Amino acid sequence: MLLAMKIKAAITAAALASPIALTIAPVAHPADSAITEIAAKPFQYRLAGDFSRDGKPAAAPLRDTILPAHIKIMNRQVTAGEYARCADDGGCPKIPHASAMADRPMVGVSWRDATAYAEWLTNKIGVLHRLPTDEEWVFAAGEKIRDEPLALVDPVDPAQAWIARYEAEANRARPDALDPQPVGTFGINGNGLQDLGGNVWEWTSTCFLRMTLEPTGNARITNTNCGVRVAQGAHRTYITDFIRDPRTGGCAAGVPPANLGFRLVVEDKNWQALQRAIVAAFEPH
Amino acid sequence: MITRRIALLGAAAAALIVTTPALAADDLKLPRQAVELVAPPFVHPHEQATKEGPKIIEFKLTIKEKEVVIDDAGTKFQAMTFNGSMPGPLMVVHEGDYVEVTLVNPETNAMPHNIDFHAATGGLGGGALTHVSPGEQVVLRWKATRTGTFVYHCAPEGMIPWHVVSGMHGTVMVLPRDGLKSREGKALRYDRLYYVGENDLYVPKDEKGKYKTYETIGESFADTTEVMRKLIPTHVVFNGKVGALTGKNAMTSKVGETVMIIHSQANRDTRPHLIGGHGDYVWETGKFINPPEKDLETWFIRGGSAGAALYTFRQPGIYAYVNHNLIEAVELGATAHFKVEGEWNNDLMKQVQPPGPILPGKSSAAETVVKTR
Repeated sequence: MLLAMKIKAAITAAALASPIALTIAPVAHPADSAITEIAAKPFQYRLAGDFSRDGKPAAAPLRDTILPAHIKIMNRQVTAGEYARCADDGGCPKIPHASAMADRPMVGVSWRDATAYAEWLTNKIGVLHRLPTDEEWVFAAGEKIRDEPLALVDPVDPAQAWIARYEAEANRARPDALDPQPVGTFGINGNGLQDLGGNVWEWTSTCFLRMTLEPTGNARITNTNCGVRVAQGAHRTYITDFIRDPRTGGCAAGVPPANLGFRLVVEDKNWQALQRAIVAAFEPH
Repeated sequence: MITRRIALLGAAAAALIVTTPALAADDLKLPRQAVELVAPPFVHPHEQATKEGPKIIEFKLTIKEKEVVIDDAGTKFQAMTFNGSMPGPLMVVHEGDYVEVTLVNPETNAMPHNIDFHAATGGLGGGALTHVSPGEQVVLRWKATRTGTFVYHCAPEGMIPWHVVSGMHGTVMVLPRDGLKSREGKALRYDRLYYVGENDLYVPKDEKGKYKTYETIGESFADTTEVMRKLIPTHVVFNGKVGALTGKNAMTSKVGETVMIIHSQANRDTRPHLIGGHGDYVWETGKFINPPEKDLETWFIRGGSAGAALYTFRQPGIYAYVNHNLIEAVELGATAHFKVEGEWNNDLMKQVQPPGPILPGKSSAAETVVKTR
């Protein structure tokens, strides 16, 4: 069994302006959190998007897959305090009704806001930060994923699929609290990540796709809409990139996401070596 | 980072049920008729009564997101439209016909859209079956089972009001096959038809009170929603713009001509009034199975509906057709004009004495009239 390799790094260390500067200077990193590295291993992934077969609605296929590389992901969501640093710095839009508690998850952010934050942090630190893809998020979330396949119903009668979806959505649990909660409130998963599937849904970089399932089993993309992105949490949802408050869907059926926030993936070729160096430097047991 | 497509649709998950059998219309063996739509205030040619049997009437609506100017001050507005006009075109069919709409969302648009026909039955008026992302089209067919004027509008989950007040609404008129009738069963006909679609617009202002402009429609969303939630429109206009139906664009008619005025408001109540004229026959709720009211001075159009009024002009001149909340008509823009040609009828109205000095001892012109008889 492949064990997820976890390297906790005081992110202050990740703040190295360049990979060469291995002298650990206590540069304040706006994201004072740990990054967890999870080794790639096979997992099941239900494709995101809208699927049809022979012109009729079909369940999204479930695929056995593996990520091409290890993934390094924040083990908690970006906090309001961190986002505020970006906004103060002019890197992120100021959010009119942002939550006040600096140490709680930042909510009320659109996909564009989250992307702006990732770009700002990337430039600030010199290490690529980005939103995870939906596939990466599902992998990192592990056992916290709630798989919701579209019910198999008579495809000739659109109302059957519609009602089934409505019932599935109506059966979703509502979060007890809508306001962002202290980090860790919603637990930690097997990969060491906090608050997955809590009351903050997380943006991913995955676009909304319309796909046709061919007899071969291949999924052919018939339409790509990158104005709508996948948001992940207690259930998967698709949200327009400039929406900050997912609860505005008054007519929408079911339970909409309570809040929109995000966590980031870190990409750096030298990251692993760097992390080891950092760990060695900080944990000289 | 701004993507080329700004996109929209609160939860595009609704699209899960969107997929309908492609071009499966062949199961219905009826004659087909393709209709070329015309921008308001005009309407495509149509029969007021028909001896023919039910048909499949084909329409094509192409969604156009575009910047428009909404007032004389040049205020720019990020609009979403059906076929490029606010409101979208009026579609006329007869009871028992099938309306087959091809809804096209070109690749050049930023957002997903759909369409909800108030005249259609089930599927959220078609909204549940017509979500199209940029670069897609969908074909929806529904049966016109009841007569009247009915609003249609875009209805993407979570963003319905924003799409509607950005311009995405129009009207379908389903005529009785044997034509319109008075309460007494007398056949009613019109010589021309005008379609007035009222828009309540909510344009954000900056700190200095100047209207803000936006590069793209997506960028206007957050601020516009703030203004919308206060429920006070910055503009109330007919056909998308202050003055869209005045001056050179004034509607025209002639004495003796009967005009049908369709008035829709997809979001907010309004009260049309023809200054100097009346509503001879008015279907205030727009539904022709109900007998028309007669001789109305002002009629009420409920938000989310369209009404119909017939009027035969009896006097030439300029008529103002307004939303008789006069603040909305005069200050916010809800005014249209009719220019009516013909011969003045002194019996209906005459200026007996032109304005002049107040005569001593005579209190009124009425007194003079009595004496000169």
